[in-house]
Amino acid sequence: MTTPAPLLSVNNLSLGVVRSGHRPTVIVDDVSFTVAKGERFGIVGESGSGKSLTLRAIAGLLPAGIDALSGSVTYEGRDLFSTSSAARRKLMGPEIAMVFQEPMTALNPVVRVGEQIAEGPRRHLGLSRAAAMALAIEMMAKTGIPDPAKRARAFPHELSGGLRQRIMIAMALSCRPKLLLCDEPTTALDVTVQHQVLRLLEQLCDDFGAALIFVTHDLAVVNQTCDNLAVMYAGHIVESGRVKDVFRDPRHPYTRGLLDSAPDFDQPDRALVPIPGFPPNLADRPSGCAFAPRCIHAQPGCLVASPALESLAPGRSVACIESDSIFQGVPA
Amino acid sequence: MTTSAVLRVSNISKNYHVPSPILSKLRPGALRRESLTALDGIDLELRAGEILALVGESGSGKSTLAKILVGSVEASAGQLDYRGLPMPVRRGRDATRRIQMVFQDPYSSLNPRITVGAILAELLKLHKIVPRNEVRAESIRLLNLVGMQEEALDAYPSQFSGGQRQRIAIARALAVRPDVLIADEPVSALDVSVQATILELFTSLRVELGLSILFVAHNLAVVQHLSQRVAVMYLGRIVEVAETAELFANPRHPYTQALIGSIPRMSESSVNLELVLEGEPPSPYDIPSGCRFHPRCPAAVTACREIDPSLTAVAADHQSACLLANELPAFYPVATS
Ligand SMILES: Nc1ncnc2c1ncn2[C@@H]1O[C@H](COP(=O)(O)OP(=O)(O)OP(=O)(O)O)[C@@H](O)[C@H]1O
Ligand SMILES: Nc1ncnc2c1ncn2[C@@H]1O[C@H](COP(=O)(O)OP(=O)(O)OP(=O)(O)O)[C@@H](O)[C@H]1O
Ligand code: SF4
Ligand SMILES: [Mg+2]
Ligand SMILES: [Mg+2]
Repeated sequence: MTTPAPLLSVNNLSLGVVRSGHRPTVIVDDVSFTVAKGERFGIVGESGSGKSLTLRAIAGLLPAGIDALSGSVTYEGRDLFSTSSAARRKLMGPEIAMVFQEPMTALNPVVRVGEQIAEGPRRHLGLSRAAAMALAIEMMAKTGIPDPAKRARAFPHELSGGLRQRIMIAMALSCRPKLLLCDEPTTALDVTVQHQVLRLLEQLCDDFGAALIFVTHDLAVVNQTCDNLAVMYAGHIVESGRVKDVFRDPRHPYTRGLLDSAPDFDQPDRALVPIPGFPPNLADRPSGCAFAPRCIHAQPGCLVASPALESLAPGRSVACIESDSIFQGVPA
Repeated sequence: MTTSAVLRVSNISKNYHVPSPILSKLRPGALRRESLTALDGIDLELRAGEILALVGESGSGKSTLAKILVGSVEASAGQLDYRGLPMPVRRGRDATRRIQMVFQDPYSSLNPRITVGAILAELLKLHKIVPRNEVRAESIRLLNLVGMQEEALDAYPSQFSGGQRQRIAIARALAVRPDVLIADEPVSALDVSVQATILELFTSLRVELGLSILFVAHNLAVVQHLSQRVAVMYLGRIVEVAETAELFANPRHPYTQALIGSIPRMSESSVNLELVLEGEPPSPYDIPSGCRFHPRCPAAVTACREIDPSLTAVAADHQSACLLANELPAFYPVATS
């Protein structure tokens, strides 16, 4: 079996804050993963672990003050970090599109939402003003926005949270991108609309071979939407693999902790057990495993060095030196 | 029951008037605005010491109702009572302190120019919550409650992740020790471990201090865990209210049934592929006649097109606004694996 070259590969990516005279604060630390055409790849993990910054680095939209410290991002064989910013801007829309976590900060408050959606198709697909607006309205309808023609004339502040989120999705899908970066795209949607939007994203993958990177905290959504996933903690990928395998048989204590703290509609009486303690201060990272201070299984060896992500089985990796003994060493 | 309401809304409506280019072209000089109905006659009470979940359709008016409760949006009609007395339109400092809100969009509700420490200190001093020399310690205590630490005090809102900002917004609302918390999607950006911490915090504030919470949420697994009662909204109306376990076991409105059927699940065998809501979502500019759910309702009969059902008791502490509430096909929540 030959695996086709991935659409996207993120190679040893580190992101952080550089201050002269200090060592840089590393926020995202040595993250690597690949995404194939048509694949739906989930990223879950700790709040503040660097999920949004990783997506922004792929999109070339890192906020001021955050820099790529090392590593590379390759899209269709091109090294994005050495691509000129003008060329990268051309990629955004028809090739790579992003749905941002906080729509209010990503939408222009003084431009009508229909025009904001139509802008991409006009610029990238060469559509006329009217044709681009028609496409914008069609995309809005596909995301389940009622009365889309009327809503196209609204300003962002006139829309509910979920309507704004769908505007972002319509905007991202309007040029039919090959890689869609979704940062919590359905948090403000009721579950019936969420269902519809997830189907829409799946269609983009199944019918047009687009790839999806899906950041979310909703494990049930990942379960129903994604093929593979990575679990992040304190800027590291601590576990990755097929969603079904990881959820059925987690091999990292942090993943186990996440599953134990997630509410499951089918088990209403199960107590939710949060992971005790706090995440590490990134400006002052502990030398060993970043999870060690909170880990009930931690051994002295865990404090020595940050464990590397090791392969357990094809497509399955974990970064925990105690994994075998904690999880009984049953082959994954 | 009536005496225990902390907040009660009676027949609250809210319309937004938006300029309409089409109308103005057709009839120049005529009324150039058309009306969007965000809330259409809401009756609801938040009882002392309960967590009431407000769920439902995106765009159905949940945030609008929440903002009316804290006074940041004015209702077009209807009445709001706080502990049995009408709430004045302009709230004094004490009334403002007592009813606090966590907004759905945390970033736009935090002043980007001042540090988190300054945001908290300002409130603690304004409302004289602790003596001046204890302000810093109290700020750290608040951050710890939401799973953050001292170093966050010196950073600006833009330097945090989405979930960190959401927790800062929660800490800010709790800082002034309110008796009512209106929380609009307060845990949607949190990882499940932090979410569990916050849910535990809400429960302990409710049990130990009698805090009453209106909890707006889309995640029904969270709602099931946290709340005592649930109110379901659809297109500007409350269509069903019941105790939590009762609502999920015995939903008496077809929209509620569709919602429950669409919940994403962790176990494969629970995934329901049939109960998906069909049809065009309705427009708040033009609310359907009769039952507003009828164009999409699988159970609708002719009468549903004509009669606008009001919220009516179907069982103890359980109300539904469906004409067929007592005749709906039995609803089988999908079996657990
Ligand atoms: N502009 C910035 N300046 C400095 N630090 C930042 C900035 N943006 C984010 N950070 C820090 O980087 C870390 C990672 O942030 P990121 O937004 O990627 O987290 P996340 O995994 O998306 O979290 P969440 O699930 O809460 O959205 C956080 O600890 C945050 O405090
Ligand atoms: N300032 C405004 N001007 C015009 N329309 C508005 C305004 N604020 C809200 N609306 C409209 O009122 C309706 C209700 O909005 P609201 O924000 O209350 O919904 P919601 O139930 O909170 O939805 P979501 O779950 O998506 O957050 C929507 O149709 C919205 O577009
Ligand atoms: S009143 Fe009729 S249309 Fe409305 S929910 Fe009940 S059955 Fe459906
Ligand atoms: Mg994020
Ligand atoms: Mg809302």
